[in-house]
Amino acid sequence: MSEKNLIHNQSLPDIQDYNTLNLGPTHPATHGIFQNVLKMDGEIILEAEPTVGYIHRAFEKIAEHRPFYQVTPLTDRLNYCSSPINNMGWHMTVEKLLQVEIPKRADYLRVIIMELARIADHLVCNSVIGVDTGALTGFTYMFQEREKIYEIYEEICGARLTTNIGRIGGFERDFSPKVWAKIKSFLKEFPAKYEEFMSLLERNRIFMDRTIKCGPIDAELALNYGFSGPNLRAAGVDYDVRVMNPYSSYQDFDFAIPIGTQGDTYDRFMVRHQEIIESLKIIQQAIDGLPEGNYFGKVPEFYLPPKEDVYTKMEALIWHFKIVMGETDIPVGEVYHAVEGGNGELGFYLVSDGGRAAYRLHFRRPCFIYYQAYPEMIKGSMLSDAIITMSSMNVIAGELDA
Amino acid sequence: MAVVTSELVLEALQNRFGSALLTVDYPYGMLTLEVTPEAIPEILRFLYDDEILRFRFLTDLCGIHYPHQEGKELGVVYHVHSLENNVRIRLKAFVPETNPELPTATTVFRSANWQERETFDFYGIRFTGHPDLRRILNMDEMSYHPLLKQYPLEDSTRTDKDDKYFGR
Repeated sequence: MSEKNLIHNQSLPDIQDYNTLNLGPTHPATHGIFQNVLKMDGEIILEAEPTVGYIHRAFEKIAEHRPFYQVTPLTDRLNYCSSPINNMGWHMTVEKLLQVEIPKRADYLRVIIMELARIADHLVCNSVIGVDTGALTGFTYMFQEREKIYEIYEEICGARLTTNIGRIGGFERDFSPKVWAKIKSFLKEFPAKYEEFMSLLERNRIFMDRTIKCGPIDAELALNYGFSGPNLRAAGVDYDVRVMNPYSSYQDFDFAIPIGTQGDTYDRFMVRHQEIIESLKIIQQAIDGLPEGNYFGKVPEFYLPPKEDVYTKMEALIWHFKIVMGETDIPVGEVYHAVEGGNGELGFYLVSDGGRAAYRLHFRRPCFIYYQAYPEMIKGSMLSDAIITMSSMNVIAGELDA
Repeated sequence: MAVVTSELVLEALQNRFGSALLTVDYPYGMLTLEVTPEAIPEILRFLYDDEILRFRFLTDLCGIHYPHQEGKELGVVYHVHSLENNVRIRLKAFVPETNPELPTATTVFRSANWQERETFDFYGIRFTGHPDLRRILNMDEMSYHPLLKQYPLEDSTRTDKDDKYFGR
């Protein structure tokens, strides 16, 4: 509940002792390395000064010295709650630069993985809002479900958190029957368990009292602050990159963009909740309409030929050598590609001078941009509201600091 | 109402800021304009306020360094998006390395605040009129701007790594 009025109704004396509270950088309630220096009057926040950069790892500098396919593991470590979306966003950026067509099947497989990643991301965010309002139970239940999504990743690429999933051009191998079995059993079992989780919070009096009108932001201000993703949609703007600039065949799927009305914590929670439902629909449609065909496109500049061909065929050996030694021709140009990441518009601005590595690569990291609004959103509210406002904004330290 | 396309945006900008536009290009279909650095806030303001164009979303702002472009070594790249019309355009402004200064975009977009701090942090480009131009991701004591091309990836004073083993 917002205590904004309190501050205006009190006639504060001119000289008053304010407390300075250092929230973070390693406070358990901030779920990451965030520091906020708060100026407090009792329990009410008057000013906040965020400090970022604690886990800055110079990704943009590293990316200028690495071949394109070695940039994928860097993107994992941006928003590590939805790494596959970052990986595939990067792959699609390079494919856009090379202007190659990817078969529909690869697109659909990507959509399945990206939507699973979105579910995993939103599950963490929403269940953590529960934790911060005092409901730990739902969190433990939902982490079991997230674990199942991670098992699907593991079956596809061998990794769980920092996935490095897929290749520039598609996938390194088709999904095995075991993957399909795991996806299908997830789709079958998850909705009932998720409904149970939502029944703990959705119409819970305590939860609603804590989150409604907590940390609100209106649509115009949110746009001016560069909000995107669920946070912007909670404020009532139906901007979704998947619909506005469809990539990876998203135009083939039928899904709704849920929006909120007042942009508060409860709206952000509900928008994410609805998006999980929509993501499940998209995955089901992608499985039902999965086209036959190849799971990788013709990108000889980056897609390694099969190992048995490398040993037996001259041409495959040459391509293998060229890829590994960085002798392939890359077009000169600049390209911006955006995907709908877990928490907003994740953009890649790539400038290529024809060299092996990018001349310049800039990541548009959604939470770096919208976290600027945090001091304004929590001004005049209670400390405990500031905590749930932050968790509902889904700020990921890795993405914030690049 | 006319459908807003990149061409229409270009026409509107040419009518209004003819001399400030230096080059026009369409790499990968996105209208890319090089403009004079002084004109940046006015152009962004015009794009923002125009009732038809409505470029009200600053997607991205970042720096770039071309050490060989004499007098135009450092650049700032703006991506703006008109959500109603679904048109994205890219603006570039170049400044000399000796005096890397251009006006801030925070007067139009609040989101430019941290992005300009980041650009200052990594490229040393100073945004005049910025409310709080400090380093953001690197530590305050740092004496250089690390994304400039003259700086190698790794600290050259390190002795614990021998490059010949890594083929670099």
